[in-house]
Amino acid sequence: MERLRRTMMFVPASNAAMMRDANLYGADSIMFDLEDSISLREKDTSRFLIYQAVKTLDYGNTETLVRVNALNAGGQDDIEAMVRAGIDAIRLPKTETAQDILDVEAIIAQTEKKCGREAGSTKIFAAVEGPLGVLNALDIATASERIIGIALGAEDYVTSMKTRRYPERNSEEIFFARSMIVHAARAAGIAAVDTVFSNVDDMDMLRKETEIIKQLGFDGKSVINPRQISVINSVFTPQQKEIENAENVMAAIEEAEAKGSGVIALNGKMIDKPIVERAQRVLQLAEAAGVWKEGEEIEW
Amino acid sequence: MTRHTVHQQGVAGTLESSDVQILIDQNSAGGIDINLTSSVEKQYGQQIRKVIMDTLKNLGVTDAKLQVQDQGALDCTIVARTIAAVHRASDSVSDIDWGELEEWNV
Amino acid sequence: MVKNSVGRDIPEEIEKNYGVFENAFSRKPSYSRASGKVTAVHPGESKKLKNIREAIEKVGLKDGMTVSFHHHFREGDAVLNMVMEEIARMGIKNISIAPSSIANVHAPLIEHIKNGVVTSVTSSGLRDNLGAEISRGLMNKPVIIRSHGGRARAIESGEIHIDVAFLGAPSADEYGNANGVKGKAPCGSLGYARVDAKYADKVVILTDTLVPYPNTPMSIPQTDVDYVVVVDAIGDPDGIAKGATRITKNPKDLLIAENAAKVIEASPYFKEGFSFQTGTGGATLAVAKFLAEAMRKQNIKASFGLGGITQQMGDMLEEGLVETIIDTQTFDKGGIQSMIKNPNHYEIDAGYYANPGNKGAAVNMLDVVVLSALEIDTNFNVNVMTGSDGIIRGASGGHSDTSAASKLSIICCPLIRGRIPTIVEEVNTVITPGETIDVVVTEVGIAVNPKRTDLEEALRALSIPQFTLEELKEKAYSIVGKPAPIEYGDKTVAVIQYRDGSVIDTVKNIVE
Repeated sequence: MERLRRTMMFVPASNAAMMRDANLYGADSIMFDLEDSISLREKDTSRFLIYQAVKTLDYGNTETLVRVNALNAGGQDDIEAMVRAGIDAIRLPKTETAQDILDVEAIIAQTEKKCGREAGSTKIFAAVEGPLGVLNALDIATASERIIGIALGAEDYVTSMKTRRYPERNSEEIFFARSMIVHAARAAGIAAVDTVFSNVDDMDMLRKETEIIKQLGFDGKSVINPRQISVINSVFTPQQKEIENAENVMAAIEEAEAKGSGVIALNGKMIDKPIVERAQRVLQLAEAAGVWKEGEEIEW
Repeated sequence: MTRHTVHQQGVAGTLESSDVQILIDQNSAGGIDINLTSSVEKQYGQQIRKVIMDTLKNLGVTDAKLQVQDQGALDCTIVARTIAAVHRASDSVSDIDWGELEEWNV
Repeated sequence: MVKNSVGRDIPEEIEKNYGVFENAFSRKPSYSRASGKVTAVHPGESKKLKNIREAIEKVGLKDGMTVSFHHHFREGDAVLNMVMEEIARMGIKNISIAPSSIANVHAPLIEHIKNGVVTSVTSSGLRDNLGAEISRGLMNKPVIIRSHGGRARAIESGEIHIDVAFLGAPSADEYGNANGVKGKAPCGSLGYARVDAKYADKVVILTDTLVPYPNTPMSIPQTDVDYVVVVDAIGDPDGIAKGATRITKNPKDLLIAENAAKVIEASPYFKEGFSFQTGTGGATLAVAKFLAEAMRKQNIKASFGLGGITQQMGDMLEEGLVETIIDTQTFDKGGIQSMIKNPNHYEIDAGYYANPGNKGAAVNMLDVVVLSALEIDTNFNVNVMTGSDGIIRGASGGHSDTSAASKLSIICCPLIRGRIPTIVEEVNTVITPGETIDVVVTEVGIAVNPKRTDLEEALRALSIPQFTLEELKEKAYSIVGKPAPIEYGDKTVAVIQYRDGSVIDTVKNIVE
């Protein structure tokens, strides 16, 4: 079952205290940043800091990623360090073309070989932050076996598009970008993650935005403050009705398998693979949110 | 093992809580001289000095003067800041030998 | 040396004086209430004096006497320093001071001690500056540290005899009726001061707001007061009462608070009519926010809230989530406003609050208390007094009182603070014995005292990870490394008296 990525929490790699506490807050993924949140003066020291932290500290089952710099701005060293440190995935900022992915992949592969890390074990996460990247989303999403997800970075995108963010107007300005990304992700079979919501005090708007992207089919959202995690998780937590339906679907499958029948029906409707997958996903989300446990009758 | 030689002053780290700031410079008298101020001197002073000494040894630094201001940094932070300061001081930032680092840094 | 029941060595002379700690309720004494001397005041005689010096003269303060103060003004207090300065100026020496606690602003005491003006101290707390000096061996006689309830017991039973109580009051009339709710710098409850007023031989009220007779409410009644002195300022109003005690935004503290609220909710005590006491900052106060949410959702009202009162509790009273507030110390303007406006917000004295020797204190009726800790060891013993470097910097406060008497005592603390583990093998100083601590809540999970099998049962279904304290300690050590033990000297600088008067631990000087 694919791992959940409801929340991807940004942690600047220059902050020693945050690095240690990053895993406390229940984010599905932690993204250590060496790029935009780190000043030029601190690129080298931050790289060593996060390299050592990922090597030494235990982040449990949480997925770890690092956003590296552009290859010509220190990205090569970033990758060399973090592949060796054991990071789960390299996040490439401002991905415009499939070639960008291939360039990064070459360095990852080289480093894996040099340090004896299992070939292909370091994954790639592509961040699309401009119009060209948006238009090339499918090419990017299918450029490599290593790609596990694609995210939208809306701040840079809207600047390039000569507009700004309008969260109060349902973010029409990034609708196309979001659509392209989620389509590319689904066609390529990878995760789609939405952009950050920068107003950490406005939980209502965060919730609205998260509901919109959930509706569009996104897997999750980027997070810049731990307080945002519970809001986003609650949007992705299935309702009681959804859970019941999912349980019924799974029960029908089990019954049919026991009987050895080929076509499975529930309430007069045929249950095919997409419906099963959807049901499985609902239960996975419900379990992660702690509102459902396999095999258990829970009191509501 | 690559020997790092301290050519110039190198600083890494901040004065923020849980971090350590390490300033490394040449030592004309030879050997390693560590001047440590730590918010947890009593509980971890010895450990901090050991971690720094071990890291310097692994980097092949034999002569250096260090001013260390510690605000309760974990060992991994101390190692990271020491490596960073040494690289800056030995002018190796654009030329990091990751393979060599990995040899001792498990 | 005698070893007490928490494994601490107590020097024989100290053991002879006080006895050593056995367990939380091993002592059940009977005593006759001590009393202060009374000198008649005739009609027409004025209690108003010109200044502090005249008060010191008129009360007949001599070398070797004991004076007391309250700490309701916290870091905003000016009274203790003003009075001690005058005592020093008048050449009086060898004074014992018995304030209910000491703040950082009272650092001038260090000079008075060096000059022999003050030679004996008993208090609930010694903050950073004085604490550090005492840890280094400043005083010849060890400081006696008592909890709030323990101090009240000691005064009421005569163990502490106060010759003169100098009590700051935000408002007073010329005859001494004093309260903390009126005036330029209100402080709310005068709970600690009320005990001193009843039992001291001489009582001097210092106020910066003289009001027409009679001043009401009469927290301290005129019949307990010998003299009244009007000063320019009793202290800094903003230091006395904060504008608002804000709920922390620190995500780690909020996580701990949320976990603690879940523990309370899952416990058998969370039902209609329950009672609780929270802390006044950080995670221990944030619990109030999550607890209130749970109370609203399940339509549960508390019969009373106890404390240590801040605006949060006042708001809950206003909203009807809490029916009564019982207040021994008020921290912020919101709490004070609640005391003034709401008839169900009551002021009590420190003896009513927590004296273990009287006919039943408020803490005896308390269901749930949420407390913090500097250190906890694997036996659940708590240290709120000395830092992990062995230096005195905190206060005993109401920690041991509330944890002993309440039905569910919860410690909220982070696993680590900076590089310092909170869960350790052995605490530097035992203030509260492990037998009185029920649950420890950290950001990584909780630990239930193995004695409480009933709680373990109730909390089993909670989604918060559960550990033994040993496991939490190992977790902490695995992140920060094992701390080196602190090197102490041979001089006893403080004696920690448990609320019942027995000695639970001592503090030695630190070696630098």
